[in-house]
Amino acid sequence: MNSGSASFPKRPHPTRGGASVPHRKNTADCRSEIMRCPETVVLPMKQHIGAPCVPCVKAGNAVAIGDVVGKSGAYVSAPIHASVSGTVTKIIPVKLADGSVCDAVVIQSDGQMRVSKSVRPPRVTNKAELVAAVRESGLVGLGGAGFPTSVKLDVPEGCTVDTLLVNCAECEPYITSDHRAAVEDTEDILRGLETVMRCESIPRAIMAIERNKPDAIRALDDAIRKSSEPESRRVGMLKLKAKYPQGDEKVLIKACTGRTLPPGRLPCDVGCLVMNISSAAFLGSFLRTGIPLVKKRVTVDGSAVSSPKNLIVPIGASVRDVIACCGGYCEPCGKLMYGGPMMGVALPNDTFPIIKQNNAILAFGREDSVLPRTTACIRCGRCAAHCPMHLMPAAVEAAVRTKDIASLKKHGVTVCFECGSCAYSCPAHRQLVQVMRLGKAMVRESQSAE
Amino acid sequence: MEDKLILSPSPHLRAKTNTTRIMLDVLIALAPAAVASMLLYGFHALVVLADTVLAAVAAEWISRKVMKRENTVGDLSAVVTGVLLAFNLPPSIHPLTAAFGAVVAIVVVKQMFGGIGCNFVNPALAARIVLLTSFPKAMTSWTAPIKLGSAKIDAVSCATPLALHASGEDTPLMKLFLGTTGGCLGETCALALIIGGIYLVFRRVISPVIPLVYLSTAAAVSLLLGEDPLFQLLSGGLMLGAIFMATDYTTSPMNTSGKVIYAVGCGVLTMVIRVFGNLPEGVSFSILLMNILTPLIERATVPKPFGEGRHSREKA
Repeated sequence: MNSGSASFPKRPHPTRGGASVPHRKNTADCRSEIMRCPETVVLPMKQHIGAPCVPCVKAGNAVAIGDVVGKSGAYVSAPIHASVSGTVTKIIPVKLADGSVCDAVVIQSDGQMRVSKSVRPPRVTNKAELVAAVRESGLVGLGGAGFPTSVKLDVPEGCTVDTLLVNCAECEPYITSDHRAAVEDTEDILRGLETVMRCESIPRAIMAIERNKPDAIRALDDAIRKSSEPESRRVGMLKLKAKYPQGDEKVLIKACTGRTLPPGRLPCDVGCLVMNISSAAFLGSFLRTGIPLVKKRVTVDGSAVSSPKNLIVPIGASVRDVIACCGGYCEPCGKLMYGGPMMGVALPNDTFPIIKQNNAILAFGREDSVLPRTTACIRCGRCAAHCPMHLMPAAVEAAVRTKDIASLKKHGVTVCFECGSCAYSCPAHRQLVQVMRLGKAMVRESQSAE
Repeated sequence: MEDKLILSPSPHLRAKTNTTRIMLDVLIALAPAAVASMLLYGFHALVVLADTVLAAVAAEWISRKVMKRENTVGDLSAVVTGVLLAFNLPPSIHPLTAAFGAVVAIVVVKQMFGGIGCNFVNPALAARIVLLTSFPKAMTSWTAPIKLGSAKIDAVSCATPLALHASGEDTPLMKLFLGTTGGCLGETCALALIIGGIYLVFRRVISPVIPLVYLSTAAAVSLLLGEDPLFQLLSGGLMLGAIFMATDYTTSPMNTSGKVIYAVGCGVLTMVIRVFGNLPEGVSFSILLMNILTPLIERATVPKPFGEGRHSREKA
């Protein structure tokens, strides 16, 4: 581990593609409010990539905030904790936004928000303790993917990580929860990333942030300068152009380090560890208080929401309760979604719970929900020009139509991470992301048939 | 609120553009050349333009009706085809001949292959070549441009700069730049075409790769063959072809590397036909040939997905 001065890129490395989507960061200046305690919370056992948890409580059990209600022995998994104090009323199967079904623990709140006696700050001095503590905290990648952070931090032997990237790009329109985290939880963020740097022996950290958040950049800059920890000397800021999808892992690694992450490889293979800024903020607060991941800062916005704001929500609260805390709907809702408008998932109704990796709930009025009419592809090439992964969605669409697996593989369909830049820019309004998903499914199917 | 929400795949936000808007931009870009053609060739130009546009739109409407398909007249692509065809015709062409060309472009070249986005060659160019081979005399009799201030409206026949060049007579470059020469309706005024091209690039309707590579290849080959590159660039249909015909989305490659290959091919073929061929002009044929090669170019230039092939280079 070198303790000398680390070198930092002065400006981002060039990246290709992407789309200039509107920012619409309406809630950027709204101080986060704490949501009032909901009457019930529904905690699905699958809020992460990996093995679902198994409920470890029964109906009738009394629980307090931070008590484990679901866990799994699998390596790639993250435990789930009670987010309110009260009584477990039932364990029921629920449908998730992707259509799959899993068990969920339903807790009736007693309104007191008591924190469990088992909660105490963890002792973290080395990598093994950090990984174990993070596993206990239930932390998953809060940027949206939901990959268990303990697995990410358990960097395999033989992999040298020389850069910790803190992702504060937040390139999706509307969403400002990471922005607010940067402004409001600055100290926790620094504590979190300093601990990771120390335990993982990472010589430098780069905070990557889009230029459209000047107050967040200022807050982070000040905090780095004021910090007395030796690690803060090795933390740098990198201001990125506000261009979608700047916050994607591969694009971010390229922009910050110039390294290209090949398909199917992990960031540690190119010496990087990427952490969302909200994950870093949570880690800092967990190290301070020991309270596991039971609440989430969520941006509530969209034309159908009366008073858009950032809300700190107990995980498991329903979308309906969240919107009620923002003054309810101001016009009939036409489309409701988890996440931002570029990669978010449309919801069939508002009974769905907030889960760990949610960073926004958007509700749009009827007028803003109408889909533009799809017309014939004119082969203009905008989809290919805007693809950050250098793919040709129009050619993939032709291959999907003819179920041409060889062509799908040749066009690298599996590299697509569904950012939506292609469909956003398509003048014929074709559903290109759906086409890419179909293509990926076809390739997967053909591979499992082999 | 159940069952009232719209469920659709992401993204839920779309850029405010559509095919009609793009075609409208192309029409706006064609407007300076259209105005120039009316100033140069007077009423004849207007008649031919109106004639081909009306015939193209009518052919589009009727063929969609007959095929029982969704009506696509609203996307304005038939209007663009009509204008481009008119630009490729001599001012003195008989209106019926011109209308026949428009019907060939829309029905045979475009709709029979599936309509917008499915044609394998540029409809206006294919129609021009059909007319050129069917009515060789009418397609090669040129009218001299109106002299400003003269009251004479009678068409005076004249030769094109390229034909004059073949017989050893040179036209001043300024005349070529302003278009005060004989030639097809919309091809003579380089100034108006360049203004249109700049508008298209500025509006990001086309990438400048094809026009620039096409023109510079043609210039380089002219130098190599001992021709005056500026004369070659400004005469005949090269400007019109490079800016408006070769950049047709459907019949040109999507990726930049493909665009370069395609444009180099267009440039070389144009000059080879002009210098060695029996014809004074080679733009239409060269673009048409490269249109046909486009699917092959496209297959050969599929870009490597991010991170594949070239392995990660350590930089920072």
